[in-house]
Amino acid sequence: MALMQIRDLNKSFGGVHATAHVNLEVTEGEVHAIIGPNGAGKTTLISQLSGELLPDSGEILFAGRNITKLPMHARSHMGLARSFQITSVFQDMTMLENVALAIQAHQGHSFRFWKPSAKDASLTGPAMEYLAQVGLEDKANSIANAVSHGEHRQLEIAMALATEPKLLLLDEPMAGMGQEESSRMVEILGKLKGSKTMLLIEHDMDAVFALADRISVLVYGAIIATDTPDAIRSNEEVKRAYLGEEAA
Amino acid sequence: MNGSPNMSSRPNPILSAPRWLQIGIVVMALLAVAPPIIAALDQAFWLDVFTRMLILAIAAASLNLILGFGGMVSFGHAAFLGIGAYCVGIPAYYDVYGGFLHIGFAVFFSALYALITGAISLRTKGVHFIMITMAFGQMMFFGFVSLEEYGGDDGLIIYERSNFNGLIDLYDDTTFYYVCLISLAVVLFIINRLVNSRFGMVVKGAKSNERRMGALGHPTYRYRLTAYVVSGAICGYAGALLGNFTEFISPEMMDWTRSGELIFMVVLGGTATIFGPVYGVLAFLVIEEVLSSITTYWHLIFGLLLVLVVLFVRGGIAGLLRGWFSRKKGAV
Repeated sequence: MALMQIRDLNKSFGGVHATAHVNLEVTEGEVHAIIGPNGAGKTTLISQLSGELLPDSGEILFAGRNITKLPMHARSHMGLARSFQITSVFQDMTMLENVALAIQAHQGHSFRFWKPSAKDASLTGPAMEYLAQVGLEDKANSIANAVSHGEHRQLEIAMALATEPKLLLLDEPMAGMGQEESSRMVEILGKLKGSKTMLLIEHDMDAVFALADRISVLVYGAIIATDTPDAIRSNEEVKRAYLGEEAA
Repeated sequence: MNGSPNMSSRPNPILSAPRWLQIGIVVMALLAVAPPIIAALDQAFWLDVFTRMLILAIAAASLNLILGFGGMVSFGHAAFLGIGAYCVGIPAYYDVYGGFLHIGFAVFFSALYALITGAISLRTKGVHFIMITMAFGQMMFFGFVSLEEYGGDDGLIIYERSNFNGLIDLYDDTTFYYVCLISLAVVLFIINRLVNSRFGMVVKGAKSNERRMGALGHPTYRYRLTAYVVSGAICGYAGALLGNFTEFISPEMMDWTRSGELIFMVVLGGTATIFGPVYGVLAFLVIEEVLSSITTYWHLIFGLLLVLVVLFVRGGIAGLLRGWFSRKKGAV
């Protein structure tokens, strides 16, 4: 069943057609990767899905509802979570507080003025669990600006998971990572595979082919192919447009 | 008694408190014993300076709630002081001296003004927010200048202080001092609860990374507006105290330079700290008194001092004290 359907989505910046007639379906339970050369419009596409950018035309359906014009926080409440390509966490808070803020967002309103949130077991309990899921339980009380880049990325995933999403939008989770950090991230995402539907944008081809059930290839804002990893690997058009570039 | 086994299992709450809280409690305790010391030294003038300092500390603490913790740099906060003071002065002009009514008016109208101006100002960010809050502040300034009935820019003399039906006598300088001190302690306690609650985490999160807050599903605007209204209400309360203290109000009280001074006090003391505004106001007023008694060019030296603090002391006086005392502790 299609969890997310994108129908004829378009977005232009001046003369640049950054998203061009994109049609895409993300099936419940799958890891769907979007690959494409730099400047293909991958982040532009994901920003429209998360609600940061409004498309010029087209429709986005999520869990049977048209969310094309819904604001970001409303999409988040419907079960759409996004991790950012550039690390976007609360730098001056502890790792635990970062995740707790994510959990808090989905426990009703925050007009609770008196009880210290640090002593609120309904926040700290699950926050520790999500940190453990990404292997950060030892860093719970570290201030976010004091940990490594790889740990920031892991924190991003924990925060996205903490909103209990139906669909995880992952914008280059391996960006800027070393070999060791990347393989740890692949391991973390591998564990989530099957239990979470994911839409993954990633440059790291090893990671994409290790994780994805299906791959869509985006070139100049348009999707030129959607298929299984093996089929994408042998697709002539894709090779020419994208993989060939690296081979050459 | 069974004191000794309990002592080891449950340490003294003050000794086990975090360093910033210990320093703050010591400073507040010193302020509590100041009046008898000042009386013994026969320096009644300093009781005035300290009372003024306590009132401004409440105002600075309210500004710090949105500026320090919420990242909302309001350049019009003096307007709340003015509104609070006029809520004492205008009823007094009609021979209405009820203190609870004055305080109620001050808090209500400040909150209302905060709700209206905040709802508009918080649609903007950064420099625009600073400018728009300043513009609203100046609107109030000129608004009261044009109110000829209440003295215009000459101001309004308050012939009698607020009357609390004999419960509290504001004409007794020492009583007035303790009213201000207790008010400050209560305000600091409330702010401390607020900033550590779920509400406070959202406000701090919006300062730290607003975009991320949205992605997590927090509609931050309504929380930031609430913080702005709470801040305005507290500052209005401080204004009511200030009106009683000076027994005179004029629009000059809400001039933008006054708002600037409040920002200086907060930055000097240490933004986003509970006791920082208290240290900031204390330092500001004491330095002002001392320097102005030495030279008429004290503004120049004062300005240089402020620049040095902003440049070299991270976290203001609160940060300086904390660093200093924890180093001492480490050396032992």
